[in-house]
Amino acid sequence: MILRELRPAFSLVVLFTFLLGLVLPGIFTGAMQAVLPWQANGSLIRQNGQAIGSALIGQNFSGAQYFTPRPSALSPTPYTQDTSGASNLGPTSKVLLASVKQRVAAYLKAYGPGPVPADAVTASASGLDPDISLQNALRQAPAVAKARHLPFTTVTALVENMAHHPFLGIIGTDHVNVLKLNLALEHLPAS
Amino acid sequence: MTIDGLLYIALVFALVLGAAFPLGRYIAAIFEGRVTWLRPVETGFYRLAGIEEARQMGWQSYAIALLLLSVIHFGLLYAILRLQYYLPFNPLHIAGMSPRLAFNTAASFTTNTNWQAYVPEQQISNGAQMIGLCVHMFLSAAAGIAAAGAVMRAFTGSGLKTLGNFYTDLTRVTLYLLIPGALITATLLVLAGAPQTFAQAIQLHTLQSGAQPLAIGPVAFQEAIKEFGTNGGGFFNANSAHPFENPNAWTNLLENWLLLVIGFALPIAFGHMVKDKSQGRTLMAAMAIILALGCVGAYAAEATGNPLQTAAGVQASGNWEGKEMRFGIPASTTFNVSATCTSTGAVDSFADSYTPLGGAIPMFLMQLGEVTPGGVGSGFYTIIVFALLSVFVAGLMVGRTPEYLGKKVQAKEIKLAMLGVLILTLFILAGAGFSLITSSGVGSLANAGPHGLSEMLYAWTSATENNGSAFAGISADTKLLDYGLGAAMLFGRFAFMVPILAIAGSLAAKPKLAESAGTFPTTGPLFTFLLIGVIIILGGLQFMPADTLGPLAEHFLLYAGKSF
Repeated sequence: MILRELRPAFSLVVLFTFLLGLVLPGIFTGAMQAVLPWQANGSLIRQNGQAIGSALIGQNFSGAQYFTPRPSALSPTPYTQDTSGASNLGPTSKVLLASVKQRVAAYLKAYGPGPVPADAVTASASGLDPDISLQNALRQAPAVAKARHLPFTTVTALVENMAHHPFLGIIGTDHVNVLKLNLALEHLPAS
Repeated sequence: MTIDGLLYIALVFALVLGAAFPLGRYIAAIFEGRVTWLRPVETGFYRLAGIEEARQMGWQSYAIALLLLSVIHFGLLYAILRLQYYLPFNPLHIAGMSPRLAFNTAASFTTNTNWQAYVPEQQISNGAQMIGLCVHMFLSAAAGIAAAGAVMRAFTGSGLKTLGNFYTDLTRVTLYLLIPGALITATLLVLAGAPQTFAQAIQLHTLQSGAQPLAIGPVAFQEAIKEFGTNGGGFFNANSAHPFENPNAWTNLLENWLLLVIGFALPIAFGHMVKDKSQGRTLMAAMAIILALGCVGAYAAEATGNPLQTAAGVQASGNWEGKEMRFGIPASTTFNVSATCTSTGAVDSFADSYTPLGGAIPMFLMQLGEVTPGGVGSGFYTIIVFALLSVFVAGLMVGRTPEYLGKKVQAKEIKLAMLGVLILTLFILAGAGFSLITSSGVGSLANAGPHGLSEMLYAWTSATENNGSAFAGISADTKLLDYGLGAAMLFGRFAFMVPILAIAGSLAAKPKLAESAGTFPTTGPLFTFLLIGVIIILGGLQFMPADTLGPLAEHFLLYAGKSF
């Protein structure tokens, strides 16, 4: 009874492995490389011929002259581009609570008294979150403007200009891509 | 909670249920051999594989064919994972997996679970993902759908000796359903930014952190079938939270739709097969109601946020730890609940960091037996088990002969059905319990207090129910968990599927009785709510003590201001 099934079962595994594992991905990859090469190769942003990052993948920025991305749980280096992952710390974790308290204090010190947006002090799911909330970006704008000797209104206008908004208020969130925002900052004319 | 968030959930439901009706009709046509637009390819496969298309199989032959194909495919994947160093498409020269990790991973992908004890970026090559994992994502899904088709046929006539032909079912489902669906959606994913390349790393010169490799690969194709076939194995460690797997809110909605749609289409297909559409709609309604409650509940819990963090000065806007900015809270919770209800186990946010109740809901929904709507195929044949138990319970209550679609449900079927339900529960509770009295099991936990118990309970639930999601802080690549959870996955898939095929074989052979005044109706709201009751009481109640000690205890401790 089993012997009778051996040939069809074995052959189907081999045939489908060939079709689904080699032929289709090969054709599909070739087609996408031809038709949508920018997306198929990682949506890379280039400057002076060098790939400096992906429009979709967050990278680390520190210092007052840049907008700061969300905390990344990737260790030892946040935003390591060839890893991904979350903190996986539970809601009652002492380690998580201590990190959040530390980040709240640092945020208030850097950007002055006011509300602390949740996305600014919690680690993202991927550790590579490219975005921060619009509210978070606007809170950071005065400090960035000061460090760059730019008028506050110029920086705020840039943030507003680059913000994404939810479609029909339902699909998506109010957010800004940090890498693109920081690149745009560099191209602002100095005052 | 906001109206916008609830509207998002409603939108997902409208898109899924709206598509399930035409798709269900199409799937029924595939099962009946009426779809032929790739006929030359199909017959070519039969010729090369020596398949007699006209052959009809009894339940034993059907089960043997399915098991044998799974065993062969398991062996192939095990070999690929062990030998990936020597195989093509491994530009980073990643070493072969250890025997225990390869066993766990091969069990995981053969059973449509996609539990990942490995770290993709570091431990698997593009080639092993493409030729190994991705092929399993098609075939394990197709095998589940084929088994569902076999179970459907049991109710189509009187005195049937056969349930169909496993090989033609598998081939047709793959060719006519999974491949076109995956290709169309993979193209949309690339359009939105999911990569599709054979490179595995690109050198970047980042603005502030210097030179770094960026992980990349043939992501989009795998991502599409990962959701469509309710697989869930992420190309990257962060799964659908990774921007390359899920670039924006639109792809998130697409993936959420994709992982639900076959599950809801199968009861509709059933309605077409048995020529009584209301039977299918009744099953679909029960699935949808439980899923809707889960989506709203998890959204409410996560939107409420973490009181410890609010007290620490964080603005109250929900629980953002482990969530991505571009999706937002309602889209994140809806995705995760959908993926746990379907045995997909993909995640776009990390459940380990959810609030206690927000994490309890996905776990409880898995414990119900993965029927709302469950994995492709497996969700359907499992809800048939619950439907049989429901007519039995109803028969006991009102003193009528238990019948389902004209088939008398007798002691043999009920014993097999109850065995299936109880045996999975036993595996989950005994496995989690045993792990937690070993030092190895306790050493795997990432969190202390009741959350640690939840982590282990979630792991065994997810593996046995073939879901594959995790409270991902747990260190899963240990001897105990690689072998233990590997066995749980194989057991949860095959030790459950075979008795169901036996039930189907037994019911198929019985005469199909005409409906009489004494028949308990199995359509309409009464039966829908009876079915929901049976699913929750028989499926879920057995887990209440364990869930009380884990997430529920943590919830009350959280609001008492305790941390661990």
